[in-house]
Amino acid sequence: MAVLESKVPVGPIAEKWTTHKNTINLVNPANKRNIDVIVVGTGLAGSSAAATLGELGYNVKTFCYNDSPRRAHSIAAQGGINAAKNYQGDGDSNYRLFYDTVKGGDYRSREANVYRLAEVSSNIIDQCVAQGVPFAREYGGLLDNRSFGGVLVSRTFYAAGQTGQQLLLGAYSALNRQINRGKVVPFNRHEMLDLVVVDGKARGIIARNLVTGEIERHGAHAVVIASGGYGNVFFLSTNAMGSNVMAAWRTHRRGAYFANPCFTQIHPTCIPVSGEHQSKLTLMSESLRNDGRIWVPKKKEDAEAVRAGKLKGVNIPEEDRDYYLERRYPAFGNLVPRDVASRAAKERCDEGYGVNKTGQAVYLDFSAAFLRYGKVEALTSGNKDASEEEMIKLGKEVIRKKYGNLFDMYQNIADDNPYEVPMKIFPAVHYTMGGLWVDYNLQTTVPGCFAAGEANFSDHGANRLGASALMQGLADGYFVLPYTIGDYLADEIRTGEISTDTREFEEAEKSTRERIEKLMSGSGTHSVDYYHKKLGLIMWNKCGMSRNAEDLQKAMDEIAELRADFWKNVRVPGSADTKNQELEKAGRVADFLELGELFAKDALTRNESCGGHFREEYQTPEGEALRDDENFAFVSAWEYNENPRDARLHKEQLEFENIEVKTRSYK
Amino acid sequence: MKLTLKVWRQEGPDTKGKMVTYPLDGVDGDMSFLEMMDILNENLINKGEVPVEFDHDCREGICGSCNMMINGEPHGPAKMITTCQLHMRKFNDGDTITIEPWRAKAFPVIKDLIVDRSAFDRIQQAGGYISVNTSGNTQDANSIPIEKEKADEAFYAATCIGCGACVAACKNASAMLFTSAKISQYALLPQGEIEATDRVQAMVRQMDEEGFGNCTNTGACMVECPKGIKLENIARMNREYLKAETIA
Ligand SMILES: Cc1cc2nc3c(=O)[nH]c(=O)nc-3n(C[C@H](O)[C@H](O)[C@H](O)COP(=O)(O)OP(=O)(O)OC[C@H]3O[C@@H](n4cnc5c(N)ncnc54)[C@H](O)[C@@H]3O)c2cc1C
Ligand code: SF4
Ligand code: FES
Repeated sequence: MAVLESKVPVGPIAEKWTTHKNTINLVNPANKRNIDVIVVGTGLAGSSAAATLGELGYNVKTFCYNDSPRRAHSIAAQGGINAAKNYQGDGDSNYRLFYDTVKGGDYRSREANVYRLAEVSSNIIDQCVAQGVPFAREYGGLLDNRSFGGVLVSRTFYAAGQTGQQLLLGAYSALNRQINRGKVVPFNRHEMLDLVVVDGKARGIIARNLVTGEIERHGAHAVVIASGGYGNVFFLSTNAMGSNVMAAWRTHRRGAYFANPCFTQIHPTCIPVSGEHQSKLTLMSESLRNDGRIWVPKKKEDAEAVRAGKLKGVNIPEEDRDYYLERRYPAFGNLVPRDVASRAAKERCDEGYGVNKTGQAVYLDFSAAFLRYGKVEALTSGNKDASEEEMIKLGKEVIRKKYGNLFDMYQNIADDNPYEVPMKIFPAVHYTMGGLWVDYNLQTTVPGCFAAGEANFSDHGANRLGASALMQGLADGYFVLPYTIGDYLADEIRTGEISTDTREFEEAEKSTRERIEKLMSGSGTHSVDYYHKKLGLIMWNKCGMSRNAEDLQKAMDEIAELRADFWKNVRVPGSADTKNQELEKAGRVADFLELGELFAKDALTRNESCGGHFREEYQTPEGEALRDDENFAFVSAWEYNENPRDARLHKEQLEFENIEVKTRSYK
Repeated sequence: MKLTLKVWRQEGPDTKGKMVTYPLDGVDGDMSFLEMMDILNENLINKGEVPVEFDHDCREGICGSCNMMINGEPHGPAKMITTCQLHMRKFNDGDTITIEPWRAKAFPVIKDLIVDRSAFDRIQQAGGYISVNTSGNTQDANSIPIEKEKADEAFYAATCIGCGACVAACKNASAMLFTSAKISQYALLPQGEIEATDRVQAMVRQMDEEGFGNCTNTGACMVECPKGIKLENIARMNREYLKAETIA
């Protein structure tokens, strides 16, 4: 059994990282040439890590299931990336970013990791600008900022609604530079299927070439898992369709503990589900909440009339609108954190105030912003007697400049013009805070196996504030892992090349082949999607935005049953030695069917409400989350068991020395 | 809606492909084109047949994975949109829709509708970056102010999603729109200017080596580009290239 040692350095929080960097072991540049590192995943975390490790001199191999690193799921991030630059002079600092993030995470993240994240955040912006990332700028030529949910300062850097794309292209260009120099060898359209552990250390992976079906062995002195999150366990989510838990889960099977699987972020501003056929949900960036006001009708009759198509939102007078976030949370209003906004929307819809056919939507309204911006525009352009109509027109132009692409995307999907009628939005599964357990060095409980970005658990706690995942991915990849991995690799300089002709590689390859054969052999009756959708429904209904013990228990039973049925009755057509997307999906869904049960079990053991984990039994009389710090201020780290319900719980107690743990209030 | 789909089926790079006709019922206007393909595949699987392979991932128009020639147009009939963002409400009950892969020598077919676009990666590896170390010892991001117009222009060039529609639309299978977008982004920023000469030469050389055709100013690429990448970028690339060649 591995020991949960967080390896957080001693000393004052603001000095921990510097002290650590000064004291951990280094690898001599000449020796780096003799060391191989595998990086699984080329999103922000993986690309930045691989580029930096290559630049340092290690021999790096990258793996991703996409045809190009540039297509990793990170590309889809819209809103922005935080950094404590205080360019706006509004009082931001490392401490404040640290404080907001720990508070936002409902005091379930590791203090030292979060402080380090805040500390290196400014570096990220400098780095990206130097790489040519075209962030939004003000007229004076300096970088622009906006603000996001859960904070009172403007610290979010952005590139229109395509921040993730630009950041990933930046990291990808750094990666390309190392590929050109021969320091990184990319294996695209390759999927990691297993981790190979030799004498207790990670020594490589088994991967499948997704074009030829070939099973390959790759050896290395260390393996970095940067394979992203597992939100697709819900089937419907904002994640890319291929996002999966496979690499992390197979690592978990080989001994890495899986932490906090039940911490899932539900994002409040997504385009509502339109029908059965739906394959994924589209996010509308949270930055829209800077200017949009969220409301539902005050009167139930109005809501009913809207649902029946007899009344339109725009025709409901101001006094009959319930701006419920502004009403309940006057200090933060529409900018409350995501978990709070999501639950509040669900509460209104459950009460019967929802505004689309299914009753599962609320309005996001920009009409006030049109007028507000239009007024300023009219005045500054010298048009002092502009009519309201003219001002609205001018205001719409301002909004178009800010969020035009999001508005277009909305119109295209929802077939509604958001410049004329309020958008409809609803919460959707977005981000998973849980992941592989890692220590301060980002090492999992398997020595030599590291985890970065959304694949690890460390920095977000029970909830994640906007614009913090991009920050964490790049912090891990550019500025943390390249240092901390050296501490481990310093002992590897005499190891020599890792042979893949060993018993361990053979065994791992054999079990991988057997698993594939088993999936292919079924003369089954149902497609992979059939199972995935069923799993998704169980997850959403019983482990979704709110949970209770009875449902969670049921979910565990239903998932176990579904898993058994899957292995008996799934139908995977085609063959294993060519491109076969059904086979790819089958392998991923098989893992989701295990993770799902552990997820429910984790939620069941956490008898409190915190962040994205809302247990109905634990709430205040006003319906706010009720945390139990005395008994649950820990990280759940699960040790693998073939039967997820028998997985063993290990606890890492969380200490808060620099932040007073308080009830999270945004009122 | 009821549709008739004519889909290109090809088992592998070395086998011959052919069009296969599939009738499809129960299509709803709110579905995306890819969700319609999902239904086709679900039907095929249920009948014990092999589903149609196609690339896709984000399904929100940003990753650049999805690529289909729909009725002879890359990404289908709607402008400024990728296939995953194309909705079936753009079609009519009873329509026949032809679905084929991108066609270009530099994009060999892998299977069915999937083509190999790694030539794009190699063009970027040839020099599509700024040579800074990722060490974190950079200067403050605000130390070089950049004119908003310039920064915006660089951003617009940078929004290319690398989908390859420009190549598929071009009668010469030219990759100039894509390559020039990359070159423009860096050429417009002070950080990227220093290497502009080497960059343009290296990227253009690689582009030619990959077997893409030349630009004859037809402009089909821009018409079909889902991100509205402008022809001006090609002009800028040509200028940069000429400059580089005359200096050299
Ligand atoms: C629509 C949307 C908007 C968002 N907006 C924001 C935002 O504004 N701000 C913010 O901070 N965050 C945002 N996020 C969250 C953020 O984008 C992600 O958390 C982050 O990008 C994850 O990066 P990553 O590098 O950890 O993983 P990913 O980018 O998911 O990369 C995973 C990589 O792993 C590879 N991979 C996976 N499994 C395997 C396997 N078995 N074998 C080989 N390779 C594998 C994939 O190919 C891919 O390269 C958003 C997310 C979404 C979905
Ligand atoms: S230029 Fe346009 S069409 Fe060509 S790859 Fe880029 S986004 Fe696609
Ligand atoms: S699937 Fe990503 S752009 Fe279409």
